[in-house]
Amino acid sequence: MSGLRGRLLAPVLAVVFSALLCAVALLFSGDHPWTALRVMISQVGQGTTAVDIVNSAAVYYLSGLAVALGFQMKLFNIGVEGQFRLAACVAAIVGGLWVLPPVLHTVMIIVVALLVGAGWAGVAAVLKAYRGVSEVISTIMLNAISTGVIAYLIRPDTFGVLEGNNISTRPIASGGHFPGITLGTKGTLFGMVFVAIALGIGYWFMLGRTRFGFELKASGESPTAAAAGGVNARRMTVVALLLSGAVAGLIGLPGRDFAYTLNAPQGYGFTGIAIALLGRNNPVGIAAGSLLWAFLDKAALALDNIGVPREIAVIMQGVTVISVVIAYEIVRRYELTAQRRRVAAEANLAFAPAESPPPGPPPPGSPPPGSPSGPTGVAPSEAR
Amino acid sequence: MNPTAAVQLVGISKSFPGVIANSNIDLVVRTGEVHALCGENGAGKSTLMKILYGMQQPDSGHIEVNGAQVRFRSPSDAIKAGIGMVHQHFMLADNLTVAENVLLGAESEHGIGGKARRRIAELAATTGLRVDPNLPLARLGVADRQRVEILKVLYRGARVVILDEPTAVLVPQEVDELFGTVREMRAQGYTFLFISHKLDEVRSIADTITVIRRGRCVGTVDPRQVTSRRLAEMMVGSELPDPGSRESTVTDREALRVEDLTLLAEDGERRVLDSVSLVVHAGEVLGIAGVEGNGQTELVETIMAMRQAASGRVLLGHAGDGAGTEGGQVDLTPLGTLRRREAGIGYVPEDRTRHGLLPSQPLWANRVLGYQSRPPISRGVLLDVRAARADTERIVTEFDVRTPGVDVPAAALSGGNQQKLVVGRELSGDPVLLIASHPTRGVDVGAQAMIWEVIRGAQRDGLAVLLVSADLDELIGLSDTIKVMLRGRLVADADPATVTPEQLGAAMTGAAL
Repeated sequence: MSGLRGRLLAPVLAVVFSALLCAVALLFSGDHPWTALRVMISQVGQGTTAVDIVNSAAVYYLSGLAVALGFQMKLFNIGVEGQFRLAACVAAIVGGLWVLPPVLHTVMIIVVALLVGAGWAGVAAVLKAYRGVSEVISTIMLNAISTGVIAYLIRPDTFGVLEGNNISTRPIASGGHFPGITLGTKGTLFGMVFVAIALGIGYWFMLGRTRFGFELKASGESPTAAAAGGVNARRMTVVALLLSGAVAGLIGLPGRDFAYTLNAPQGYGFTGIAIALLGRNNPVGIAAGSLLWAFLDKAALALDNIGVPREIAVIMQGVTVISVVIAYEIVRRYELTAQRRRVAAEANLAFAPAESPPPGPPPPGSPPPGSPSGPTGVAPSEAR
Repeated sequence: MNPTAAVQLVGISKSFPGVIANSNIDLVVRTGEVHALCGENGAGKSTLMKILYGMQQPDSGHIEVNGAQVRFRSPSDAIKAGIGMVHQHFMLADNLTVAENVLLGAESEHGIGGKARRRIAELAATTGLRVDPNLPLARLGVADRQRVEILKVLYRGARVVILDEPTAVLVPQEVDELFGTVREMRAQGYTFLFISHKLDEVRSIADTITVIRRGRCVGTVDPRQVTSRRLAEMMVGSELPDPGSRESTVTDREALRVEDLTLLAEDGERRVLDSVSLVVHAGEVLGIAGVEGNGQTELVETIMAMRQAASGRVLLGHAGDGAGTEGGQVDLTPLGTLRRREAGIGYVPEDRTRHGLLPSQPLWANRVLGYQSRPPISRGVLLDVRAARADTERIVTEFDVRTPGVDVPAAALSGGNQQKLVVGRELSGDPVLLIASHPTRGVDVGAQAMIWEVIRGAQRDGLAVLLVSADLDELIGLSDTIKVMLRGRLVADADPATVTPEQLGAAMTGAAL
């Protein structure tokens, strides 16, 4: 299994499988799957839906990227949620208090968000690198703490202002707004979309072309080999989590309300985990995953309009993630056994005349490239 | 059919990608004996035991227990058949008591009440465990933990106990006590499979010894009729191509100087390396001989800064004017692994799959490992993928790595080809010193001859080589000087021109040279 076909097989299988499963669920609830599917697809062309999907996909993309950065090193940053919320809140406060000339103002807000996100992740990074505290535990706890910190920060007697029933930070002056592109009746494309694309390209470049990306992947694949190759595991842990947190810091800045309010969006951080899984940490895969997710979000609304339970879209999101994980595992195992059989057959050929010196060249049709044999179970375990 | 066989393995074969772990191995273990399984690391002992214990399935061959053919799909099948395994790394829960550790997962045997307690007390006496079963495990020492492990398998009804390198974690007195227990239990009819590579221990405890080398059964011998030398020969082999005679290329320029290097065990005061000092000159191969587990691995990893030395210095380079001065030498002591590599050390690790390669990454990415900070592979923070690929192509051609291309994952290559890639990579940075740990372990004879030739050639060009090997022929054939390592210290020097494998084998076990 090589190249594009191999890489696409698992996700396509998974999406088809989950669509079928949802069709069955629809039939049970007495709705017609075909109608539902038509509505889901046709909604894209209506009003601002297409642009809305891209806008919210951009946010999901940032979140997926933040999680994927950790995953590259086998670090599970569950704290993207807390990092992005705290970053959004602090950036909104700073942006509301200090008014700078237009472009500088926006830049300052972004820098604050990056720093706060990175700083909040940095707590987990330092605990992990110097005290061995599992980043899973510490980031979950930091999520809870961030909720408390935010609640304190936006109280009217600290940095908040009371607006009707809602508490909010001081609104950011228009000079600090992140610019977007207005597409007439189709809606407004947020500038964050371009930031997301740029970050995606940067992520791809970093992984494939930079020393840091190589060291990140090496540490994730084999910490022992990375150490022997001179990679400083502690430094990598800290830097990977800081970067993850910095990207997380950008999630909360898409710019609809130019303030942080009590009902500011939540949950993007957790969605990011699902999307990173969907996209297999691959920059293009994550993009596809975010678009799919945003599409299903919108589809839920459209389905609601024709009386189909909107939960069907949520079910489909969940089922897709699980199917993708299972499909990749099945494909991986299948390839592993296939490869084992090939190597064993080859080895036996080479071993038959083993008593006589050098074995001949390996038989033709040696293992094909590109089979992603995981490290698990492949390595011949031997006593040490 | 052997009526007295407790366990019989017939024609067991098992291969992993790139490695043949077991090839047609037969093993007969009689009831009530201590049967030792000997062989170097990587010989295939552990794989064989994992197959017997149901942790892995053989590709071919079968297992008989008490004359009946069985098939173990999991360890619980093996336990039901009366086979228990004590792993080298204990599988115990620190926060539970001794009794809870024993009962965990075996509640269905005798419940968890008084009956279970009585049974534990009974068996504890058998294993020589004298602590209160209600003590938390965290309070126990290593030897007692091991007894708890043995107690666990007995409680589950084992009559055949596999001990996987049980002495590796024990101090000598504890080893004696363990052997006392094993002898008593043997008298009560228990059967033991004892995995080890420590020859003197094996000879003192075993009734029968089976030696495995390179996945094959070399032979089964009676310890009363075999010498340690003969055993060592069986383990490391003597059928290798003759390294041949040659003129010395040793210079008086110091390439590596190690001074009083001391390393403490992670868990405390035990000295894994005890004031080790050595010098390797340009054009010299310094061989380190020793029975596995006497500090060779740690010496290499400490020189590579993968372990933190407690004291001592490591210097690299060549003295400008006369030995002893530090002119031209770089003090590596404060530097990390990458900086030491950059200073001019190539490193062929003993376990290429764990330390030398990224198995699922393509060959060209494996070329980058350890060289990610240097030209031609990188320019500053950027990798030059094209140069990395080109240089990988060069290694593939020059070192005869048999692969369809440089985009193949490293795991797809056979052991010998993987090793040729590693050796080629480690020689590519124009190093001052090559540290080669078991450079030909687990590779085919062709790759072995090739790697030897490569090391020779580099040596002629002035490379200093620190060679650690369990293969005595390799050591004698390649080295200009041999030092023998025992319990973390360099205890003897040998001249490879005159020493025989037999003498060297004896020195490794502590006899005077």
